[in-house]
Amino acid sequence: MSEILTLPFMQRALIAGALVGFLASYYGVFVVQRGLSFLGSGLSHAAFGGVALGLLLNAEPLWIAAPFTVIVAIGIFWVRDKTELGSDTAVGIFFAVSMALGIIFLFLKKEYTSDAFTYLFGSILAVTTTDLKITAGVLLVTLFTIPLWQRWAYASFDRELAETDHLAVERDDYLLSILIAVTIVVTIKVVGIVLIAAFLVIPAATARLLSTTFRRMTIISIIIGVCGAIIGLWLSYYLDVPSGAVIILFQALLFFLAMFYKFVLKK
Amino acid sequence: MIDFPVEVKNLSVKFEDHIALSDLSMQIPHNAFVAIVGPNGAGKSTFLKILLGLVKPTTGQVRIFGKTPQQIDPNIIGYVPQFKTMDRTFPALSIELVYTGISRKWPWQLNKDARKKACQALEQVGAAHLATRPIGKLSGGELQRVCLARSIVRQPELLMLDEPATGVDAIGEEDMYRMLENYQNISGATILMITHDWHAVTHHADYVLLLNRKQISFGSPGEALQEDNLRLAYGHIGHDHALKFLVNANE
Repeated sequence: MSEILTLPFMQRALIAGALVGFLASYYGVFVVQRGLSFLGSGLSHAAFGGVALGLLLNAEPLWIAAPFTVIVAIGIFWVRDKTELGSDTAVGIFFAVSMALGIIFLFLKKEYTSDAFTYLFGSILAVTTTDLKITAGVLLVTLFTIPLWQRWAYASFDRELAETDHLAVERDDYLLSILIAVTIVVTIKVVGIVLIAAFLVIPAATARLLSTTFRRMTIISIIIGVCGAIIGLWLSYYLDVPSGAVIILFQALLFFLAMFYKFVLKK
Repeated sequence: MIDFPVEVKNLSVKFEDHIALSDLSMQIPHNAFVAIVGPNGAGKSTFLKILLGLVKPTTGQVRIFGKTPQQIDPNIIGYVPQFKTMDRTFPALSIELVYTGISRKWPWQLNKDARKKACQALEQVGAAHLATRPIGKLSGGELQRVCLARSIVRQPELLMLDEPATGVDAIGEEDMYRMLENYQNISGATILMITHDWHAVTHHADYVLLLNRKQISFGSPGEALQEDNLRLAYGHIGHDHALKFLVNANE
């Protein structure tokens, strides 16, 4: 264990893993309780469109993916609020459009790019110091918005009740969706686009099984998110397989253990 | 002091081409218990949502304690939603739900003072024993009590309830009306309640607002529920049904 901690790329990957593990599992509790699991899929595929555009333009993909994904997130919530369509329909539309754009952008690139695979499946070798700084910035913003947890939680429980108490629920929702979108973008290199949705959902779902309060659910989700990412990265180094897949499989193992504890051992 | 806690003048609401409510005008006095009745789709919940500031009227004026619903301090209004629409999968204890009535946000931690107030409100509705029970494990009647505790914990001057007796057995229902009347006697609050329960209308309400996309009548139960008004609101078949209930109740 101590040997891998001396490798600079591994140090970066582990720090990045801990940071994105915290971010994804923190926002994941709202995603799960609001029944927005499909939003994670939609935004990660939106990020694919942004990454592909970045590759086409020979620019840093994450710098393009971030605004691209944020615009899609705002678009999804705007369509949901202004029409009678549900969130899942709005996500489905933007999901397909972003994927289609991503495919066109990669096709236009003509030459083969191995980078695409890094973004699709995650790689511990891909994390740069700049990525770490950006992720730390997102974490800082998240910590700054911690007081909003109480309002987001209230609206997650009952949007109408929160509105009757004159909370700015719509504005809070937009802010939450933007932060989820940015979190997804900074998570791409560690987990990969294909599996980000699970990275958002599994720690929170596991925590839900073990919690009777939303506070406890949030704390357990963060512990699982951070530990799952670090242990998954460590395993992926030794097994020499894509990091995203190992992290998700490890978190899924914890989920099934929690199920076993709740429905077999505790009964 | 404001003469009427709720004043409505020429109120109409239109959603795209659909007229949800029209021609509502009334003045609801202090300490009144108002039953809002009408068939499904009559605009009862829409009316309550206008008073709560969730829906903006297309025309007309609404004043709650002399202010618009958007200007009013939410702390003086208590609201009990239809509890069947609540997300009972949300990880929450009853006491936390009651706390939202005090703080208007979800608790990260309950301080001593908040805990005391929430427990007192639960005690007031006979639900102190439910304080630490997850809301997912409450029966319909128990959740109704907790929601009622949540709405009265802030000592509101105006209490609005949307079909609070749905899914509750007859004893639970009577209990709820007794608790509401107790609260009204202590606080002098005005209560507005949507209901389909004719028994509650005839036995507990001082005023009845009869709706069917417009104001059919507003007044004492005897005035508002006259045969012609019921026929206008419910049509021939529904009117017969309502009338039977009212005749039985009067007898």
